[in-house]
Amino acid sequence: MNIYLPIAEMSVDVFLLLAMGGGVGFLSGLFGVGGGFLMTPLLIFIGVPAAVAVGTEANQIIAASVSGVLAHMRRKNVDFKMGAILVAGGFIGSGIGVWVFTALRQIGQVDLLIAVCYVVFLGSVGALMLIESVRAILRRQAGIPRRGKLHQHNWLHGLPFKMRFRRSRLYISALLPLGVGFIVGVLAAIMGVGGGFIMVPAMIYLLGMPTSVVVGTSLFQIIFVTSNVTFLQAYNNQTVDIVLALLLLAGAVVGAQLGTMAGSRLRGEQMRGLLALLVLGVGAKLGWELVAQPDDVFSIGEEIVGG
Amino acid sequence: MTVCRALLVAFLLVSLSERANAQSLVADLSEDLIAITTGFTGSDVLLFGATDGTGEIVVVVRGPSSRIVMRKKDRVAGIWVNTNAVAFQNVPSFYHLASSAPVEEVLPNEVRAREQIGLAYLTIEAAQQVDSDEEDAFASALIRNKQAEQLYYGAVGEVELVGGRLFRTRVNFPANVSTGPYVVETYQVIDGEIASKTVTTLQIRKIGFEAGVFDFAHSNPALYGLIAILVALVAGWLAGYIFRKT
Repeated sequence: MNIYLPIAEMSVDVFLLLAMGGGVGFLSGLFGVGGGFLMTPLLIFIGVPAAVAVGTEANQIIAASVSGVLAHMRRKNVDFKMGAILVAGGFIGSGIGVWVFTALRQIGQVDLLIAVCYVVFLGSVGALMLIESVRAILRRQAGIPRRGKLHQHNWLHGLPFKMRFRRSRLYISALLPLGVGFIVGVLAAIMGVGGGFIMVPAMIYLLGMPTSVVVGTSLFQIIFVTSNVTFLQAYNNQTVDIVLALLLLAGAVVGAQLGTMAGSRLRGEQMRGLLALLVLGVGAKLGWELVAQPDDVFSIGEEIVGG
Repeated sequence: MTVCRALLVAFLLVSLSERANAQSLVADLSEDLIAITTGFTGSDVLLFGATDGTGEIVVVVRGPSSRIVMRKKDRVAGIWVNTNAVAFQNVPSFYHLASSAPVEEVLPNEVRAREQIGLAYLTIEAAQQVDSDEEDAFASALIRNKQAEQLYYGAVGEVELVGGRLFRTRVNFPANVSTGPYVVETYQVIDGEIASKTVTTLQIRKIGFEAGVFDFAHSNPALYGLIAILVALVAGWLAGYIFRKT
């Protein structure tokens, strides 16, 4: 059964979209990630224009994050003060990100920008995660207990504007979460992702937040930043397809529940290792497309209304 | 339904052939509006008509014209990057050619060039000053890309002649057609000359829900953005609520 998507202006099988939503939702439930980094490349792969894929995925991530954050709020796993500062950084970052996106779209380089961002960030984050999880698995096998302080002190803790974050049991400079929020905001706008895969490691290793509040707080930030991206993309580029977003969401909601159930049977470091391989796989695929000889070096550019 | 339509077409053909006694060529379309609705997957339109019984029939269908930017990739530092672009003006968004006999046998090159019959004779003008080799390369790439999108029909479609006086041909519009006015030109060709020509028009429009969403997104983008956010918030809350219960 086909449906004509009003903004993407193409006809797609409804069941394909539901299956994509379900599949990505399953993985996001399994690994506890948003799944934007999988869905946006998949949408581009089935022929959705890159700009529409990015704008629409931001819209879908809002919904996915809302249902996630509600569950974390019930367990009091959201640091609202930390979240508010991350959001402030995220608003500035996503504003700049959408502006860059619009400018590059007009000179025909937005596809390149998206692809390069994906390759760089998926490649580096995937590699770091893989190394970390392999180490953890080896350590477990060797039977060496994990030791270390709550978090290490370095030059980052010497920055000014110190603030106390009770929920996270931290006394750090407000510039740190502001900076993390900013970078994630830029990425959310350009890549059509929530940015959890950058923010979660940054919160753990850079800010030193306790793991229990990390996911809830990052979801809290993602809601606001992806809302901002959705609004700005809709306003500047008219690239948010509500129909597409809702269909993907319908599949993702069911998939995520199944994924969460399946995830409870896997051990943490195994799961991180598998996620790392997945992230690297997507990065490698997109990297290959950048370097491989295209079928036709000519392409029809996007029509820019009023451009 | 099909029987009904066949009868209708037959009736129209008879009445057309009577009018054709006065005029040497008449043609009409089975539909004058293609509506893009939720279930739209493309559409076939039947062009039919009648002649005075002489000559061959050539049909050209053109979609609304627009400006198109063609981009070319080059390898820069190992990766493929769009480096060069040429803009073209008045490029038809859709082009379809059909003929009752091989078109190169029916019409001499000069006439085809003058009337732009066939993709080889479709003149696409660059909107900017570029050297002619480059313009040709970009223009032929444009036609090639349009063919790949099935918006330009590379082959020549068949016009069936029925009993010498009636003719019909089917034009396929794929799901990715642009909206706007389409022009169908039907030529009656006798001895390598265009004896007569008739022009029919067809509208392709988004209708109903799809049109509403598209128009709203473009006419009121701020409100559209806010509604998109609201819909997602409610959907997310609803999803969380449903799965908490179970």
